[in-house]
Amino acid sequence: MIAEPIIAFFLLWDIRKILRMSTDVSGWDKKIKLTIFAVAGLFVIEKIFHLEQVTMWIWHFLLIAIILTINFNVVFNAARSLMFAVLPFVIISLFSDLFKLLLGNEYEVIDKYVDVATIFSIIWMVAMMIISKKQRRALEKERLKTQAEEELNLKLARQKENLENIVAARTSELVKQKDELEKALVDLKATQAQLIQSEKLASLGELTAGIAHEIQNPLNFVNNFSEVNTELVDELQQAIDQGKMTEAKELANDIKENEQKIVYHGKRADVIVKSMLHHSRSSSGIKEPTDINVLADEYLRLAYHGLRAKDKSFNALMKTDFDEKIGTIDIIPQDIGRVILNLITNAFHAVAEKKKEQGDGYEPTVSIITKTINGNTQVRVKDNGNGIPDKVRDKIFQPFFTTKPTGEGTGLGLSLSYDIIKAHGGELKMETKEKEGAEFIITLPTK
Amino acid sequence: MKILVVDDEKDMQMLFEQRFRKEIRNGEINFVFAFSGEEALTYLNQHVHEVVLILSDINMPGMSGLELLKHIKEAHSIPPPVVMMITAYGDAENYNRSMQLGADDFLTKPVDFILLKEKLKIKV
Repeated sequence: MIAEPIIAFFLLWDIRKILRMSTDVSGWDKKIKLTIFAVAGLFVIEKIFHLEQVTMWIWHFLLIAIILTINFNVVFNAARSLMFAVLPFVIISLFSDLFKLLLGNEYEVIDKYVDVATIFSIIWMVAMMIISKKQRRALEKERLKTQAEEELNLKLARQKENLENIVAARTSELVKQKDELEKALVDLKATQAQLIQSEKLASLGELTAGIAHEIQNPLNFVNNFSEVNTELVDELQQAIDQGKMTEAKELANDIKENEQKIVYHGKRADVIVKSMLHHSRSSSGIKEPTDINVLADEYLRLAYHGLRAKDKSFNALMKTDFDEKIGTIDIIPQDIGRVILNLITNAFHAVAEKKKEQGDGYEPTVSIITKTINGNTQVRVKDNGNGIPDKVRDKIFQPFFTTKPTGEGTGLGLSLSYDIIKAHGGELKMETKEKEGAEFIITLPTK
Repeated sequence: MKILVVDDEKDMQMLFEQRFRKEIRNGEINFVFAFSGEEALTYLNQHVHEVVLILSDINMPGMSGLELLKHIKEAHSIPPPVVMMITAYGDAENYNRSMQLGADDFLTKPVDFILLKEKLKIKV
């Protein structure tokens, strides 16, 4: 008779434990607590007052009540396996007592069977309880696992949101930087265009001075021969009036010769102005057949006069060696002219510097040589200045690199020249010997 | 009066001969022409004391007019020939340099022959 109260007690205890795992069922919790106390109390009373015969039925009733409660209350779904565990025992125990009561002595016939059944039901109960416990533990583990997963997911979701915020912030920073850089690039391109333009203007400026001189000479002749002719016409009229025909004829002849000079020098001035306009105009970009010897000669003289205009004491020997066999080659004359001008100007500067150092005894010489070699046309600009030092040699074609003091050069001349020659499919090379001079060699394809 | 004109422009000879044709015809002036500084010096060395006035351009290939001026003034001939510079570059630097080297006068191109004739009258 101890088994039933004990089973009831532990059953209730387990149910309570199971209940606690699920959600809010505080109402049931109190009832179960009460019932447990009742069971404990009743057990004590039963032992003290030896009321087994009475309480026996109470235990049966209680157990059945518990089983039915579990069965018919959704709340106790988790405890169903417990119910199935104790069910056989409870029934067998109940019926065993019922039979004892009803059958009296005849009970001994089935007593053995009842005992065996009871043992089996107990084994069943124990086994089911063990299985049930295992199941519960597994369930609990599952539950914990799910809970942990949920927590992890939550954490991940939060981290993801955090990262997205960071990425968004970075992206907007980068977009801002990109915009700034784009703007800077636009500014740089504009500045570059300005600098190239100012380089062109600078080289044009150098020309203008030389050109002014070039024009003054023909202008001198045009004006003066015209004035002379005005006087001669008066003398002619006088001679005619006086009938001095021979004299008149001589005068007429002089007038004619003078007019020829005027026309000649007037045309000369025209050519000079045209060539200056030609140089200042942006390059047409179209190649035309050009006599490179004429081009080189023209720019050589322009460069020379330009330099003399800036530095009155300047003087140099100009040597030319033009290969007559070249004929015309297809080039953009303004561009190649600009390159030749740049090289000649550099050469003149180099020899002028050396002249300042060395003074008398040094004969500054700049030579231009044209030649046709291996189907290519070569233009060489040579000077006997101080040459180009080793440490500077690779830099000379770099944009903005200059050895002139600030304000005296843009440093773009050679770099632009290099680009122009490259665009023509040619090559610009340099040979130098320190202290002795330098030579720049333009090689252009003839076709 | 013998005048040496130094200029690389060959037409200067014709111009001078035209503009001074009266004086040349009268025998007042006798012109000689050199087309470079070197030529001028050679002539001067060969005809010492004959030339009383030298008119020289400044910008010429080879020896410049200023160098020629320097050589003439350093030659210490007695009496020293009068040297006037005629040039397209009428700027202060050229002028000062010319004066420093002892030029007697400085004229700019295009040449004003009337002015030149007056200066010649004064100098000689």
